[in-house]
Amino acid sequence: MDDTDNIAFDFQPDQNGRGRLILRGRLDRETTASIWRPTTHLLRHTRVPRLLVQADQVVYCDGAGVALLDEYRRIQKEHRGQIEIQGLPPQCRQLMALFGTDQLVSPPPVPGPVTGFIRGIGERAAGSVREVVREVSFTGEVFVKLVRALARPRTLRWRDTLVIAEKTGPNALGITGALGFLIGLILAFQSAAAMRQFGAEIFVADLVVVVLFRELGPLITAVLLTSRSASAFAAELGTMKVNEEIDALVTLGLDPVQFLVLPRIIAVLCVIPLLTVFNQLFGLIGCGLVMSLWNVPTEIYLDRIRYAATLTDFFGGLVKTFFFGALVAGIGCLRGLQTRTGPTAVGDATTRAVVNGIVAIIAVDGVFAVVYYVLGI
Amino acid sequence: MAEEPIIEVKDVTLGYDDTVVLEDVSFEVRMGEIFGILGGSGSGKSTLLKAMIGLLTPVRGTIRIDGIDMVTAAGAARQALLAKIGVAYQSGALFGSMTVLSNIVLPLEEFTDLPAEAIERIAQTKLKAVGLQAAAYKMPAELSGGMRKRAAIARALALDPKVLFLDEPSAGLDPVTSAQLDELILGLSQELGITFVIVTHELPSIFAVTDRVLMVDKEARRVIAEGQPQALRDHSDNPVVRRFFRRELAVAASD
Repeated sequence: MDDTDNIAFDFQPDQNGRGRLILRGRLDRETTASIWRPTTHLLRHTRVPRLLVQADQVVYCDGAGVALLDEYRRIQKEHRGQIEIQGLPPQCRQLMALFGTDQLVSPPPVPGPVTGFIRGIGERAAGSVREVVREVSFTGEVFVKLVRALARPRTLRWRDTLVIAEKTGPNALGITGALGFLIGLILAFQSAAAMRQFGAEIFVADLVVVVLFRELGPLITAVLLTSRSASAFAAELGTMKVNEEIDALVTLGLDPVQFLVLPRIIAVLCVIPLLTVFNQLFGLIGCGLVMSLWNVPTEIYLDRIRYAATLTDFFGGLVKTFFFGALVAGIGCLRGLQTRTGPTAVGDATTRAVVNGIVAIIAVDGVFAVVYYVLGI
Repeated sequence: MAEEPIIEVKDVTLGYDDTVVLEDVSFEVRMGEIFGILGGSGSGKSTLLKAMIGLLTPVRGTIRIDGIDMVTAAGAARQALLAKIGVAYQSGALFGSMTVLSNIVLPLEEFTDLPAEAIERIAQTKLKAVGLQAAAYKMPAELSGGMRKRAAIARALALDPKVLFLDEPSAGLDPVTSAQLDELILGLSQELGITFVIVTHELPSIFAVTDRVLMVDKEARRVIAEGQPQALRDHSDNPVVRRFFRRELAVAASD
């Protein structure tokens, strides 16, 4: 490597309190690193009152080199020393004028670990309270507007509602059925393997049908809708928010809740019970397949289903789906409307919609479990 | 030009959370006028526009449009007020899932009892007014930046508003398209007698279309000048205003 491809320095202090720092070679982003620490360390420790930086042998200098010279200036200023930079090539002087700065902007003060931790807890708690208030207020607003809209159906955008219902319902039949089939199959297989030891494999049907009707059918369908539709709602509305389309609606005098949220909630409320039944049906088919593999005749399997499942189980599960549906659509829309600006905003809104949706569904399912237990259902 | 004010902004202070953006802003816009709100980036001009169109509630002060207070109007009064204004956003903010024509049809469908064929006819005339008839059945994503802004103006004109607010209409457009848009604004102003409020920092557009302007400043956080743009350029004592209009390199702007 040619000498001019590298950088070298020589520091010569004298007895009159002066120091001469001679730089030779290239001061660029690759070479500057090698002398940054040694030279700055030297200047900090010698604290020469007058520093002469001799740069007439510097052949090239870029932004990194300017930053180093600037750092020398700052170090001298710190201990009230003087600095003179001599012989800097004209191109470097121009860069100094452009990039050189006497004052560095300090980062904002960061609270200490303990203060930061306590403040973090406080901010999160306050944020959670605000979030709950927003959600309650949104739920109330949607409920009132839903009742009003159902009382005056002409005010609703039924065409949009149908399009959304088609996307949410019929377009999700395949995945709902497949998931139901697999759940039924796995549930039956796992329980049959254990129950066969006691010669009780016939009762697998009882177990699967009750679990599918009361719990897993509604729950799996709601989780599926959350990941499929709540995320879509959050992304759609979030993109509209980022593109100022929501603002445009408001200034056109149109209510975003009436215009965008209600069609989605109504669409989901209409399709979720149907999807749940479809899911349960395919769950029973999956279970039936396992039963036939264990040589249980189809007639007996169907007979067990009729015996084990009651209408209360079936409708008890379906009632839950309306609550799940309202949650799925409501949370998806709310997160979409809350989208902020920035490249990650829509992604964040979608993630929050899915996570919040699933947590809310499971929490509400827990509440239903307790209520049904108390009511003896 | 009539002298009657159609917009009265009085002692308005605006901000987000704890940050005050503009303080004690007062001005009037006269009927039929093309009024410009100017200022550098981050000076609060778009914030002022947001307050004027009802998207942001001022910390204090009143904003009256055609006699109705935008801050306190609710229910039917607010609806009536919103029918008097049209807004064309910087990005166009066209509804991406609808054709250009459907974007214009939408407010007509929602707020009139006109039959469908009449609504479509009206929407077509609005598109013709902005020179976009051929793009009626295109989706917004298929339009160029200039066409999108024209379509946004056509949608804002749908309900024949008295005041049209334009947010940075020339932003991101080439000089020719920008000049065409200026011509469109002048034409609409002359033919329809609409009052325009334009937020911009594009000097050629300011001189080409505005009758009067108001300038807000980031450092001062208030209105620093109001008047005819030529007069402010030639006679303003305020160094920030002079620098803005003469495009002087603002080494001093950060002083």
